[in-house]
Amino acid sequence: MAANSIPLEALEKSMVLAPVPAAHWLVIAPPVWCLLLGAILIMVRKRPGLQAWLAIPALAALVLIDAALLFAVTREGPVTMVMGRWLPPFGIAFTVDLTGALFNLTGGIAALAGGIAALGDIDRTKRAYGFYPFLLLMVGGVSGAFLTGDIFNLYVWFEVLLISSFGLIILGSERAQLDGATKYAILNLIGTTLFLIAVGILYAVFGTLNMADIAAKAPKLGEIPPLMTLGLIFIAAFSMKAAAFPVNFWLPASYHTPRIVVAGLFAGLLTKVGVYALLRVMVMIFPQEGNAYSLLIGVVAILTMLTGALGALAQSDLRRMLGYIVITGIGIILSGVALGGQTAIAGALFYAMHSMIVMLALYLMAGVAGRMGGSFSLHDLSGLYARSPLLAAITLALFFSVSGLPPFSGFWPKAMLVKATFDFGAWWQGGVILVSGLLTTIAVMRAFALGWWRMPVSGTVEPARIEASEAVPLVGLTLLSLGIGLYPEPLLALAQTAAAGLLEPTAYLHSVFPGLSPLGGPLP
Amino acid sequence: MEGFMSVIVGIFFAVAIYLMLSQYIIRILLGVAILGNAVNLLLFVAGRVTREVPPIIGKGADALPASAANPLPQALILTAIVISFSFFAFLLVLAYRAYQTLKTDDTHQMRLAEPEDAAEPPLGY
Amino acid sequence: MAKPKPARAPKPDPAEGQKRSPMRRGMDTLIFRTMAPYLTALMVLFSVFVLLRGHNQPGGGFIGGLIAASAFAILGIAQGVSAVRRALWFDPTAIAAAGLTVSTLAGLMSLAADVPFMTALWVFPNIFGTEVALSTPMLFDIGVYLVVTGAITTVALALEEREDD
Repeated sequence: MAANSIPLEALEKSMVLAPVPAAHWLVIAPPVWCLLLGAILIMVRKRPGLQAWLAIPALAALVLIDAALLFAVTREGPVTMVMGRWLPPFGIAFTVDLTGALFNLTGGIAALAGGIAALGDIDRTKRAYGFYPFLLLMVGGVSGAFLTGDIFNLYVWFEVLLISSFGLIILGSERAQLDGATKYAILNLIGTTLFLIAVGILYAVFGTLNMADIAAKAPKLGEIPPLMTLGLIFIAAFSMKAAAFPVNFWLPASYHTPRIVVAGLFAGLLTKVGVYALLRVMVMIFPQEGNAYSLLIGVVAILTMLTGALGALAQSDLRRMLGYIVITGIGIILSGVALGGQTAIAGALFYAMHSMIVMLALYLMAGVAGRMGGSFSLHDLSGLYARSPLLAAITLALFFSVSGLPPFSGFWPKAMLVKATFDFGAWWQGGVILVSGLLTTIAVMRAFALGWWRMPVSGTVEPARIEASEAVPLVGLTLLSLGIGLYPEPLLALAQTAAAGLLEPTAYLHSVFPGLSPLGGPLP
Repeated sequence: MEGFMSVIVGIFFAVAIYLMLSQYIIRILLGVAILGNAVNLLLFVAGRVTREVPPIIGKGADALPASAANPLPQALILTAIVISFSFFAFLLVLAYRAYQTLKTDDTHQMRLAEPEDAAEPPLGY
Repeated sequence: MAKPKPARAPKPDPAEGQKRSPMRRGMDTLIFRTMAPYLTALMVLFSVFVLLRGHNQPGGGFIGGLIAASAFAILGIAQGVSAVRRALWFDPTAIAAAGLTVSTLAGLMSLAADVPFMTALWVFPNIFGTEVALSTPMLFDIGVYLVVTGAITTVALALEEREDD
């Protein structure tokens, strides 16, 4: 319309004029698919049976879309799609590189497992309140956060996943849940507001919000004061999302209160979004500031690992113990971010994938154990080995995996990180990784000795059955962890390539600005 | 103008943080609401303050006049307002429900999820 | 879509107000209760006007949705939450979900035209001798309007709900 009078050359500089290949639609497919299905599920929420039938195939389709996206990215490198044909930095760009695609696929797998597990765990009335719609909306937010290439858009996706998680955490409205949800909601809202403050200052400095544009411009400015402040606010905001040490109190206060599937999904997905954002911003966009703060992040990582491990030792509730183990994992990932070399970042990425799968599986396992034993307290839980040897085998495997023992998926990233720390000369950091691993092993093995090996405290032991909706996701995730542990090369290679792409984002920049000539400076 | 606005933003932040340090949920919520407004103002100042030329392309023109205000922060603020408004609405309902159920809005007494007298894990069989 | 309730109740019984708890007596005057339905109808009409005006002038889906939601909130204060639920026919959350669907589909329409997601597409059909400009941004804005109306009405009704409603 208004374009009639504008010469074509001017138009070419600001708009996409060539037709878009259909494969590029994969970039926005995961969030759009989830939002659409989530909306449809809300409309049929009065029919819980239908909801599950729609949601689980939808999640399976999501995993396929995510896998196709990962395949496309491994073949072609980063892919960009812009909204409303406005070229970046004017239009909002969705740019997916290997890091985003890997996180996205793992998140999709976790969501599918959670959706299947919910068939049994969330009973019909509570599902009617909207477990599946909120699950899909939350997964939409998570995948949007992994795929977007615009920093304000990242904030919006954070809010999408946050508000859906609010819906999930209060499902059932028990007394303890309202208590936990209030703290979770307020502290997380403050965390994302911190993020928004950082975005505001970022815009004041750069006049652009496109990640690639900022990444191209940041090195020219050097370590100037606003950027150092900015880096610190970003670290604070994302640490709060990821539950790193000084701002981690909301996690053990709330993660044990909702339904166990919800807790598992939160533990698997939400904290990892904070980790992803930290990697994206401090490693790719502001590498200089990230390096300048590496000591700070390293200290935070150490304190986070120790808080998590010691907290896990001090808990008598199985779910609260797992909450602290989530925090330990975040500390291990942060120690990789602090070091910053390719091996360390690859280790952090690998550990994040492992943690998404294993933490969800651990929570699901705790749910089955709690149902069989009638309690989550280590005082009352006993004789589970006699009740279900299968559950005991899965539990032992998951406990090994989360402690970082071979042959499970936790071993390799931890080995990479420890080696990276010693190569770098940060032996104290590697030492703390090992010590926290030892403490975690003690905590989980004590839980196993008390809950599974101990003879029943009261009554007789009757064999208990694991239902199919519990067994399928549990066995699947455990086998995935074992498979990655036995044959880590493909994921290892992907993580190395992804880390190289984060440290040297030329391909990412080229995908957003094909001519590698970023248009103009700030907007008028 | 930016300097003056920055001072206002600072005052907003100070008030918000003071309120959020309270132990009562309702004051924390008021603090969160003011924090949202402080951030909106911050975004506005971040786009530089210009006077009196709205960012609207007039009839017959192809581009904005050079002196027009920056439209992007306004779009960002609108998004941020929408989000902070809906969050505040949700938090109000949540706090109200929590108050109805727990009969308190004092965070020191909201210890249901983390009981103070939680037993330590057993030391042996 | 949620199924409409089988029997749609007629106008709410004015005597209902007599049984209310003392908590809401303050707003429960005869004048307010009589005026509220007309005020609500007027505000909903105005909200649609603001929504459609929004493409080229100040207005739009968000502010229109807020006006509509406040209209239902006023009706809720005057006649109780159940009266609003009857008048809305659909559940407010379903309205919000429908809006989200409409917005997403409006963005996806550009898939057919081989242009990036959310690119504006226009048609100019001639209806009764007038050229009407219809576009996907307008459809998107209608979706936003429904999302805001549904979501804010849900919250407002949850806050207005008392045990006796």
